[in-house]
Amino acid sequence: MAEGLILEKWSDRITQVTIGATAKEGGTRRKTIQIGGEHTLPFLSPEGALPHKPVIAFEIWDIPPQDWPEELMRNYSEVAKDPLAWGQRCVRDYKADLLCVRLKGAHPDYGNKKPEEGALFIRDLLKKVDVPLVILGCGDDAKDNLLFPACSEAAKNERCLIGSATQDNYKTLTAAVLADGHNIIAESPIDINIAKQVNILISDMGLPLERIVIDPTIGALGYGLEYAYSIMERARLAGLSGDKMMALPFICLVGQEAWRAKEAYVSSADFPSGGSQVMRGIMWEAITAVSLLQAGADILVMRHPEAVNKVRGYIEGLA
Amino acid sequence: MFIIGESINGMYKNIAGAIKKKDKAAIQGCALSQIKAGADALDINCGPASNLPQDDMRWLLESVQEVTDKPLSIDSSNPKIIASCLKLMKNPAIINSTTADAEKLSILVPLAKEYRCRLIGLTISEKGIPQNKEQRMESAVSIVSCCLEEGFPVEDLYLDPVVMPVNVAQAQMRGILEAIEEFKVISEPSPKCVVGLSNVSQGTCSRSLINRAFLTMAVAYGLDAAILDPCDSVLMDSLITAELVLNKQIYCDSYLEAYKRKNYGS
Repeated sequence: MAEGLILEKWSDRITQVTIGATAKEGGTRRKTIQIGGEHTLPFLSPEGALPHKPVIAFEIWDIPPQDWPEELMRNYSEVAKDPLAWGQRCVRDYKADLLCVRLKGAHPDYGNKKPEEGALFIRDLLKKVDVPLVILGCGDDAKDNLLFPACSEAAKNERCLIGSATQDNYKTLTAAVLADGHNIIAESPIDINIAKQVNILISDMGLPLERIVIDPTIGALGYGLEYAYSIMERARLAGLSGDKMMALPFICLVGQEAWRAKEAYVSSADFPSGGSQVMRGIMWEAITAVSLLQAGADILVMRHPEAVNKVRGYIEGLA
Repeated sequence: MFIIGESINGMYKNIAGAIKKKDKAAIQGCALSQIKAGADALDINCGPASNLPQDDMRWLLESVQEVTDKPLSIDSSNPKIIASCLKLMKNPAIINSTTADAEKLSILVPLAKEYRCRLIGLTISEKGIPQNKEQRMESAVSIVSCCLEEGFPVEDLYLDPVVMPVNVAQAQMRGILEAIEEFKVISEPSPKCVVGLSNVSQGTCSRSLINRAFLTMAVAYGLDAAILDPCDSVLMDSLITAELVLNKQIYCDSYLEAYKRKNYGS
């Protein structure tokens, strides 16, 4: 006897976040990107609405990256020295819907650029590309607290997604984001309890939940992917079941983690059983990404254009 | 937990006085303060001393409906009064209550079905208040059977094990708690379970503490709903914490605030 699908009925849905602002909305982006709004688990469209497909943001830096593997850098070799051109290439040649700018150059160990330089770079980048921006700090709290307000102001009304706020350092960024009309990334160290707490702390300052995106922190394939997956899955299930503090979209920094895995970058000579070095890195990033899509990722921040193509195909195939 | 605020009840002096003077603002204030404190629904009872229970109930319901669209529990032992009140309901209604008495069931179950409301079923039979778990289960089965026969959705049925004061019926407490758990296996889908919490501490001198201890244990046995005083903030915090311990919400340092914000929308 044929059995019908058993469908779950979820009481709540994930909040919808809009990134980017068009001229009509006071910004200068060609179009906006919407994420979230899910009323069921990933790709389970017979069960509930999934109004927006997951999106991929290309990661670029404001300085030439020193520690990106050769295979990865090959795609950006002529542009890495000119981050504005790098951003343009991602949009023009690789059809990026979203750019994720890591302002690494402000880090004390990576050049210690002044906050004004970061702000100027953001201003210039906004002129050169017309896609919405995700802006990430340099990772040094003290420096980021100077950098965030400057960059937030430089991109005022462009409704960027800026991060990351953490449990111990969220006030400066939240205040800047509130003042300039942006969205915020709430980051936690693969810890669901802290993820929830950061969201509460940020929303206590008056930022609506519709402007918060969770960075749960992820591990790449072989480096804690399952753990990240289980945290995201649990958070998503709680969110769909009515826990509003968990019912927020996810951003996952896939490229950063995948290309740190030794399997992604060691040469074929050092890892003969690993097959082609070129494909290994690409697949490491792609597999990490598609696994996280199944856990509920809404934005994937990726690096290799070929890995991005594979993941796009996967999304189109399932969504 | 589905919280039904207990405070609009004519057995309380302030409410009895407000009914007498037709002080609508006092009733509405009581409704809103319970909702602010976390009530999902409000129990409405004109109290045993009312000379015109039908009129008083109607006035109370109309007054409260002016300020909230939360579900209201029509608390009366008289099916005629319940029937007359149902007609004026704009908000979702809860019938509070039927017993396992065949005559009451024959009136109230069809009414609950017709008005698509939730129904509270006290596990009291023609023989009276239950004295042990077996009598509770027997009445529970009668109520569930009647609902199934009448086509009333069992998931909208809230069985009440009839909580006795701890100083009167200490020996029954464990059986009451066990009944909460065993109600669930009577049918599939399961009926839900509700208690009138404050009864447990009636006549004692540590009311809030006893309420809190009993509620925490009842939650562990699978309680779905409670008629209680949501303005007792320590009681509410105990409830939220009990649900946390049972993994019904994800822990974070501000879990009380998270729960309140999520549920009370503040």
